[in-house]
Amino acid sequence: MTQPAVETRQLTRRFGELVAVKALDLAVPQGEVFGLLGPNGSGKTTTIRMLCGLLEPTSGTATVAGFDVAREPDRIKERIGYMSQKFGLYDDLTVAENLDFYAGIYGVGNGARHGRVNEVIGFLGLGGRLEQLVGTLSGGWKQRLALGSALLHKPAVLFLDEPTAGVDPAARRGFWRTIKTLAEAGTTVLVTTHYMDEAERCDRLGLMSRGHLIAVGTPAEVAAHVGGATLEDAFIILQERDER
Amino acid sequence: MMPRFWPMFRKEFIQMRRDRLTLGIMIGIPVLQLLLFGFAIQTDVKNIPTVVVDESRTPASRDIVAAFQNTGNFRIVAYVNSRAELNRAIEASEAQAGIIVPEDYPRNLARGLTATVQVVVDASDPLSSQSALAAAAGVAQSRNLAILSAAARRPALPVETRVRPRYNPGLRSAVFIVPGLVGVILTITLILVTAMAIVRERERGTLEQLIVTPIQKTELMLGKIAPYVGVGLVQMSLVLIIGRFVFDVPLTGNVLLLYCLSLIFIVASLSLGLFVSTLVKTQQQAMQVSFFFVLPNILLSGFMFPRAAMPEVFQWIGAALPLTHFLKVLRGILLRGVGMEALWPETLILLGFAVGLIGLAVRRFHKTLD
Repeated sequence: MTQPAVETRQLTRRFGELVAVKALDLAVPQGEVFGLLGPNGSGKTTTIRMLCGLLEPTSGTATVAGFDVAREPDRIKERIGYMSQKFGLYDDLTVAENLDFYAGIYGVGNGARHGRVNEVIGFLGLGGRLEQLVGTLSGGWKQRLALGSALLHKPAVLFLDEPTAGVDPAARRGFWRTIKTLAEAGTTVLVTTHYMDEAERCDRLGLMSRGHLIAVGTPAEVAAHVGGATLEDAFIILQERDER
Repeated sequence: MMPRFWPMFRKEFIQMRRDRLTLGIMIGIPVLQLLLFGFAIQTDVKNIPTVVVDESRTPASRDIVAAFQNTGNFRIVAYVNSRAELNRAIEASEAQAGIIVPEDYPRNLARGLTATVQVVVDASDPLSSQSALAAAAGVAQSRNLAILSAAARRPALPVETRVRPRYNPGLRSAVFIVPGLVGVILTITLILVTAMAIVRERERGTLEQLIVTPIQKTELMLGKIAPYVGVGLVQMSLVLIIGRFVFDVPLTGNVLLLYCLSLIFIVASLSLGLFVSTLVKTQQQAMQVSFFFVLPNILLSGFMFPRAAMPEVFQWIGAALPLTHFLKVLRGILLRGVGMEALWPETLILLGFAVGLIGLAVRRFHKTLD
């Protein structure tokens, strides 16, 4: 039995009085596309940030790609790709400059660098935009570039925090095709989303509410668990419960 | 060693080059400040507007008034008829000094009594009133010597002090101010520019993407400040060149040594800015904290006011500023032409600041969001 790509045990994070993530137990096997679904403030982003080493857990443990988030954050950082909710690349650099920068930072070996950057450019179709300043790109292109920067070092686990916010439907579809391709090649993907059609595309889902996981399973299982005919019904039921 | 330093450096360099406004300001500020300080600020006050009441109207009284005028410190703007008018002129700021030659002045002089000339100064401006007072005392002294030596029939003076102002024979303010200005400009612009460095990335959201990478804190910090070392050297060269050719400030010592020691100071200033950047949450706060550093640097470092005259507490505060020690290096090399043999204590102190401040900034910075 291989170890799960992501595993948490009683993972908890407080911000003062507020408990953002409460005793989360989660296991995502390698090569799975796992979706975290839940209303705003349910703890999805905090969970991802803890797994990426951006926030320290208050208690509990988590391992990513076999390394402990609290003890070996730098080993993890070499093995993960991350797309934050807010676009995080440099607006005043061109597409090519951003890619070169992250290739350098990820230590994609000097000789291989050019080859790997070109591979990513080809994979995401960024070839026509290389000399454009990132600040002038549309949402869809920014998202592709952000994904490209996160793929340069061939990460074992990919964390995507609402990757398709502000992206048009056609670009979203293309994006998910790319995600599927990566998963088939063995990359584990942990993604948060608001969109039902995206949630349906995940292998498994975790439904979050007020900091804890209330249901885990395939999209159909989750819908059944919450008591809605479809996933959307389940989501709305959950949200109403949350607001009460 | 530090393989991620170079990509970081390259990125910062490209961004710096594209930010034309900031770059323009960093080059413009030294030129502007140099011209302001060099031309406008004169600590040796000349041509103080002066009114005269000559109550005796004799050759002797005209003679003493001319002696005042000849010092160059007094510029006579009006002759008035009464002391009341003189006071009015000073109150109305038409004059900053007044000379009163009483009616009995020539008589007392002739009889061998003490003849009095009264000098009134507006001391609300201490700098100009001080040089007026000194000049006034000088006028009386040279008169006294002339009269006494004539009376003693001994033309040669019994005692004379011969003053030789070395390193700045003309006692020009610019010679004193311009070398110091190199340090002041570097301090102000470099602290400000790096104080923004990390908070800017935090505010724009690019820091989050950067700190999920395996980049080391030291690589990030050094990569951020390195391009600005070049900016600092350009600023310094500009001030030195303009200072040399416009204000005739000498470059007496070893310029190469000056650049080496300046490099240490530049790194120290940049690291101080970086440290500020780890303390604050927004760019606005970074700006405010940087300005907080400006005033002590100008007032307590010895840039304009001698530290020896300050209460001990302020001397200690001054000693905690890198600029204080760098000013000794600048003036030592540029004006006195000294070398390492005289400057090694300052060199060690500056090295300590540079290493300590980088260490502090790296310690303060965490690769997490909270």
